[in-house]
Amino acid sequence: MQPAHDPFTRADTHDLVIRAEPSSVRAALQRITTAVPVCNLSGDQRGTVELVLAEVLNNVAEHAYADAAGHVAVTVALIPDGLACEVMDEGAAMPDGQLPEGRLPEGDLPEGGFGWHLIRSLTCDLAYRRQRGSNRLSFVILLGEA
Amino acid sequence: MQLQTQTRPKVISVQVMEDRIDAATAIQFKERMRDIASTGDQRMVLDLARVQFLDSSGLGAIVAVKKLLGPDRMLELSSLTPTVEKVFRLTRMDSIFTIHPSLEAAVSHATSA
Repeated sequence: MQPAHDPFTRADTHDLVIRAEPSSVRAALQRITTAVPVCNLSGDQRGTVELVLAEVLNNVAEHAYADAAGHVAVTVALIPDGLACEVMDEGAAMPDGQLPEGRLPEGDLPEGGFGWHLIRSLTCDLAYRRQRGSNRLSFVILLGEA
Repeated sequence: MQLQTQTRPKVISVQVMEDRIDAATAIQFKERMRDIASTGDQRMVLDLARVQFLDSSGLGAIVAVKKLLGPDRMLELSSLTPTVEKVFRLTRMDSIFTIHPSLEAAVSHATSA
């Protein structure tokens, strides 16, 4: 019997574990976007990857760990549909165990609430699981025109 | 956070000399902009030509600067790079800000207004 298809077993996978705080997130984005497989994408596609991962990782730092110390693991793999990503942390669960809807914030000049809207605009197949004290978020970053 | 400021009679222009405004620098950016804004009452132009990357924290900081200038004082933007432009477009903040193709265009627009 064939094992279930797992994009992260392929050779062109990049994974790393970082501390969940803004300067480590920045360093991680630098490493991911300059390593295989992301470095082989177009400049526009790399920008999209960096944006989505920045939003996801900063959410982990600001909300799951609420600025306490913690680690987050990121794995990316190129698949035909885009860039498959998996992000794991051991911080607090999503409120109600649900991902935010990502509706644009209301009001004239909102200063926050854009993050999940950007993530949802640029990804598909978002899935969240809370298991044995850890959060596992998976999604595919769309690499067409957005 | 390096910002380069040029003050003219009708406009203060601010060039961001960093390649990113992100979660690590958004608060610092906002504070520096507040200091610059307090030196006059002209309209302001923020030139983002060097900024290759802006996340939602950076966007929130730019919105916060617009807010602190109040409804009667303009904050306009110039020279958005592709990823920065995408962030403004996807969040529809491109409808809140006047965006100019270059700093020169923004300044001449401001001085003729």
